[in-house]
Amino acid sequence: MSSPNLSLMRWFRTPGPSGSRPVGPVRNASWTSRRSIGLGEFLRTLSPDANQKLCVLDLGPTSPANIAFLTDREMRVYNEDLMREVRQPEYLVRAEDGSEQLDLDKFFAENVCYPDNQFDAILCWDAPDYLPESLVKPLVGRIHRMLKPGGVLLAFFHTRDTGPESPYYRYDIAQADTLKMQSRSNSRLQRIFNNRHIENLFKDFASKTFYLGRDNLREVVVVR
Amino acid sequence: MWKARPEENNPLNTNPQQPLHSAAASPVAASATSSNMNTPKDTQKAAASYSDRADVGHIGKSVVIRGELTGNEDLYLDGEIEGNIDLRDHKLVIGPNGKIKATITARDIVLHGRVEGNISATERVELKKSCSLVGDVSTQRIVIEDGAYFKGAIDIKENKENRSDSRKPVVSSSSGVSVGAAPAYSASSS
Repeated sequence: MSSPNLSLMRWFRTPGPSGSRPVGPVRNASWTSRRSIGLGEFLRTLSPDANQKLCVLDLGPTSPANIAFLTDREMRVYNEDLMREVRQPEYLVRAEDGSEQLDLDKFFAENVCYPDNQFDAILCWDAPDYLPESLVKPLVGRIHRMLKPGGVLLAFFHTRDTGPESPYYRYDIAQADTLKMQSRSNSRLQRIFNNRHIENLFKDFASKTFYLGRDNLREVVVVR
Repeated sequence: MWKARPEENNPLNTNPQQPLHSAAASPVAASATSSNMNTPKDTQKAAASYSDRADVGHIGKSVVIRGELTGNEDLYLDGEIEGNIDLRDHKLVIGPNGKIKATITARDIVLHGRVEGNISATERVELKKSCSLVGDVSTQRIVIEDGAYFKGAIDIKENKENRSDSRKPVVSSSSGVSVGAAPAYSASSS
C-alpha cells in the first residue's frame, strides 16, 4: 500500500511496473557530461580504511568506467542494474484487474539482497524516478538497512518533467566531480519528487543534502 | 545499374554521413563507439579463432557436463557446465554459446557467454560485450567491454610480487576499460 504522500506526488502516465518498460527502441544517444557537486561530496565522505576495503554498491547499469574509477581507489565494487532487473518478466505477476504488477517478495529475494550494514556507500543515480511506485519505499528501507551507520547514498531526482529529454541515463564517473551520461532506453519518468517528498522518503536517515543542478536534476547526498 | 561512388567503397567508413576521424575524444565514449562495431559475428570469430589453436582444449556447444572439470591446459568452452571448473595456471575462454553454472578458477578468464557463479583468476578477467556474469569476481586485473552485463562484486587483489609498485591510473583501451595494479594490455592488443 502506498503512502498518501507518494500517491499525491505521482505524475503517472502509465501505472504499474509496465510503465518503466521501454516504450520504443533503445536510443544510442551520444554521451553528454555534467558537473556533479553531489558526486564530489559523496566521494569526499568516503575516507579510505587502511584495514578494510570500502564496499560500494552501484545500482545503475554495468559501467566499466565506474568499476574502474572505484576499484582504482581500492574499493570493493558491487553492481546491480535495478532497471534491468525490474523489467524481467519473471518478477511480474498478473493482478486481478489484468494489469502486470511487480512481485516484490520474489524481486527482493533475488535482488538487492545483502546483509545489514554491508555497504559504506550506495550509488542509486536517478533510478527511483523510474522505478514502479510499489518498489520505491521498500527499496529505500532496504538501502537504509544495507548501509553502515555513517554510510552515504547518492541519488538524483528530476525537478520537472522534460518529456523525452528526461530519459533514463547511465551515469559514468569521469572525474571526482564530473559525470558522463548516456541515455539507455526510453523509460519514462514515473513521478516527480519534490524536496518534502524526498525528506519523507529518507526520514530514517541522519542527514540529507540537496544540490540543485541547472539541468532540472536535484542531487541528494544522504547519510545514514 | 548505378555505379558506386568511390567513398562508398571505403570499408572503414561504416557511416558515410560521419567522417572517419569523428571518434569521440573521451576513452569511455571511444569504447562505446568501437564496441558498436563489434558484431556478434566478430565475437564468435574471435572466440573461434582462439579455440582453433592446437594447444587449446575445446569443448563444443553441444556438450553438457555436470560435475568437476579440471585441467592443465588452456581451454575453450562453448557448452554447458554445472559444477566446478579449475584450470589453475591456465587460460579459460567461455565461448558465446557457453552456459556455465559453476565456480571458476583459472589464471586468465575470458567470458563471451553466460556465467552464474563466482570466478577467481590469478591474473586477468575479461568480460566481453556479449557476456553476462552473475557472481563475484576476484582477480588482479579486469577488462570490461561496454555492453557486458555484470551482477555481483568485484574485488581487485593486489599482486604480491608488485606490491612495491604504486597503483597506476586506469588504463583504457578501445574495447573497454581495464583496471588493476598494473596495465592489463595496450589498446592494440585488445
